[in-house]
Amino acid sequence: MAKVLMKGNEAMALAAIKGGCDAFFGYPITPQNEVPEYLSYHMKEYGRVFVQAESEVAAINMVYGAAGAGARVLTSSSSPGIALKQEGISYMAGSQLPAVIINVMRGGPGLGSIQPSQGDYNQVTRGGGNGDYHVLSFGPETLQETVDLVRQAFDIADYYRNPVMIAVDGLIGQMMEPVDLDNEIPKMDLPPKDWAANGKSGERGKRNTIVSLHLDTQGLEGHNLALKKKYDEMVEKEQRYEMIQTDDADIVIVAYGTVARVVRSVIETLREEGIKVGLLRPITLWPFPEKAFEKLPESAKMLLTVEMSLGQMHQDVRMVNEGKRKLAFYGRAGGIVPEADEIADEVRKLVGGSPA
Amino acid sequence: MAKHEQVIVAGFGGQGVMLMGQMLAYAATNEGLNTVWIPSYGPETRGGTANCSIAISDKMINSPVVTRPDSVVALNLPSLEKFEPKLKKDGLLIVNDAAIKDYEYRDDVRLITIDANKEALALGNLRVANMIMLGAYIQATGIFKKDAIIEVFKKTFSGDKAKLMDINVKALETGMKLAA
Amino acid sequence: MKAQTIYKPTEGLTERQLTYCPGCTHGIIHKLIGEVLVEQGLLDTAVGIASVGCSVMSYEFFNCDTQQAAHGRAPAVATGIKRVNPEATVFTYQGDGDLASIGLAEIVHSAHRGENITVIFVNNAIYGMTGGQMAPTTLIGQKTTTSPRGREQAEAGLPLRMSEMLATVPGATYLERVSVHDPKHIRKAKKALQKAFDVQTKKQGFSMIEFISTCPVNWGMTPQDSLNWAVDQMIPYYPLGLFKDATKEEN
Ligand SMILES: Cc1ncc(C[n+]2csc(CCOP(=O)(O)OP(=O)(O)O)c2C)c(N)n1
Ligand code: SF4
Ligand SMILES: [Mg+2]
Repeated sequence: MAKVLMKGNEAMALAAIKGGCDAFFGYPITPQNEVPEYLSYHMKEYGRVFVQAESEVAAINMVYGAAGAGARVLTSSSSPGIALKQEGISYMAGSQLPAVIINVMRGGPGLGSIQPSQGDYNQVTRGGGNGDYHVLSFGPETLQETVDLVRQAFDIADYYRNPVMIAVDGLIGQMMEPVDLDNEIPKMDLPPKDWAANGKSGERGKRNTIVSLHLDTQGLEGHNLALKKKYDEMVEKEQRYEMIQTDDADIVIVAYGTVARVVRSVIETLREEGIKVGLLRPITLWPFPEKAFEKLPESAKMLLTVEMSLGQMHQDVRMVNEGKRKLAFYGRAGGIVPEADEIADEVRKLVGGSPA
Repeated sequence: MAKHEQVIVAGFGGQGVMLMGQMLAYAATNEGLNTVWIPSYGPETRGGTANCSIAISDKMINSPVVTRPDSVVALNLPSLEKFEPKLKKDGLLIVNDAAIKDYEYRDDVRLITIDANKEALALGNLRVANMIMLGAYIQATGIFKKDAIIEVFKKTFSGDKAKLMDINVKALETGMKLAA
Repeated sequence: MKAQTIYKPTEGLTERQLTYCPGCTHGIIHKLIGEVLVEQGLLDTAVGIASVGCSVMSYEFFNCDTQQAAHGRAPAVATGIKRVNPEATVFTYQGDGDLASIGLAEIVHSAHRGENITVIFVNNAIYGMTGGQMAPTTLIGQKTTTSPRGREQAEAGLPLRMSEMLATVPGATYLERVSVHDPKHIRKAKKALQKAFDVQTKKQGFSMIEFISTCPVNWGMTPQDSLNWAVDQMIPYYPLGLFKDATKEEN
């Protein structure tokens, strides 16, 4: 299929339709409004469900209900709205329900701004809901990668019976880039949703209940351990990352999303100056791609984390690094996308100003 | 011919700068090139000015953010003042100087000034000033042939907008002539 | 001839230029609030709560203490302020998305508790700030970016009438719906505002003034057409008038 030029938010919405999304529940918030706007028009054409909820809290609980009834469900929002959805996400993780959540991140804390940001890293990877749970989350770089992941996310969510989040900065939501929405993507073998509480107990021959309440301590711990087993499987199987020119690198930049694209430009410039710099690009934010760090060459003596937040991902880098390599950090906040020149200067400073 | 171009288009909200930038991104997509179009959004646009940046390349586009553009198309004074300093040395600066008097332009850039408002009014509609600027831009850079833009027009000006086709083509041609 | 002052901006508002679009009636409503606060001598003791919507920056405009609330939560924030500071004049300024959608629980419960605060409710039948999505107050058939084929009852229900609804809440004291589409109605609206702040000063409980307001930008109309639309389309569904005055019952 030829590529079509689409705005990020609209492309994600269409990708969700193509990924088999049965129902969308959401609430307006900039800079993701084109997702619900697009779906308010097009879901109907596919005979699917669109509801504008009265709030994010209601939207995520509609998602919880529809997912519990066995549907493939999407919601989308931006940072403050995602904060409100955390309770529902915790309930879904606890009840083992699949759903796809798009987070088009803006500046915070509080009302913050509507400009691009990665300040939700902790909210995306740690969650804000209560209890021992994880959300499988992606931080894609280009629009193509974003839509590929949105299409796959429904399968992944169903496979693990767990919420999956696609976290992009506002720039990816607002920009236009040519995308192919019909390319081959991996398909997963999925068991039937015989656990769904969809009002068909007669046909099924048994009663289903969706619940996260386990009042006895033994029971809840057993449940927690079963969830943990699932998260361990994700850590084992789902780490995704890309390594760019790391083989001979002296310094490796760790960056995701739009920042990673900017870093690619930085690498081009610095390599011409003889500075051996590479990029380690996490694609999954949780599970954090620890395996990639094991593959870095001995020559890589230093890691530089660059993010549109003030050291949130850097904490994960520090944890994975376990004191092995020197660490440095460069971040911009407030909705500012770091420019290639400023990152290049930072690297030059770190390598001592003189080309290797 | 290797293609690599980064351009910023800026003006007042109602001047159609977003659409003009999108035309370039659509033309690039049709030709199988890589492209990224980025709009300004939010409070930035509330002051009345809007801008978008477009990167076009036959290679993968790394940083989608345009910080040192090869070209700037400015449709009003605030946009000129904001983006002229960012333009690369020897870059292309196309200005709608309809309401701009006694401006000291940089002398290390390639300057084209057009009173696009006057030309648009002569064609019968002030709103096509953006397409005059587009014509000037493709002529001055040679990045797309006229037909490539006409192809995009066919999609944009279809249905109940079909009646706008003629005047927009004329605007495009006018811009091309003025920049020739 | 001596120069005569024919127009003076109210001291109730700061000198910051309002950020509203040309022809938007948010500006008129601000001015009325500023005037009433000054005339009733309340400016120095007032705390205004800015909500999330086009009026999000109103904390810059009201020339008194201000606090910014999360989307929909202004009445809860106001409750907190008023409870620890009963002598302050506490008012919220909320759009229809803020008050009637995400903040429905907060507005109902602050009325229900009879919270001694004043709510300024600006109903423009749309989400202005975020670019024109459907609100609970959007009229049937009205096209918005999330009701692109026009609002349908089967999917989105009928538009919510907040003043009527709150009139059924026992705790509410004073509820009136007004409009600012012409000078006569502006004068009437000001009277309603005076009464509402009066209710608060006399510690008589919860008051809300609902303003029919315009959004020329997201309605896709000229300012004049949008005033006409407010009169021809909105007021028939959202009739002006007094919906509750419990101060009379008390007398
Ligand atoms: C939790 C949360 N959800 C959503 C938003 C996005 N948002 C900002 S303003 C707004 C709606 C405003 O509409 P309304 O209250 O009617 O005010 P108006 O702009 O029309 O005056 C929304 C949904 C937000 N800031 N926070
Ligand atoms: S968007 Fe609408 S409500 Fe908001 S300031 Fe503009 S006209 Fe007023
Ligand atoms: Mg509104």
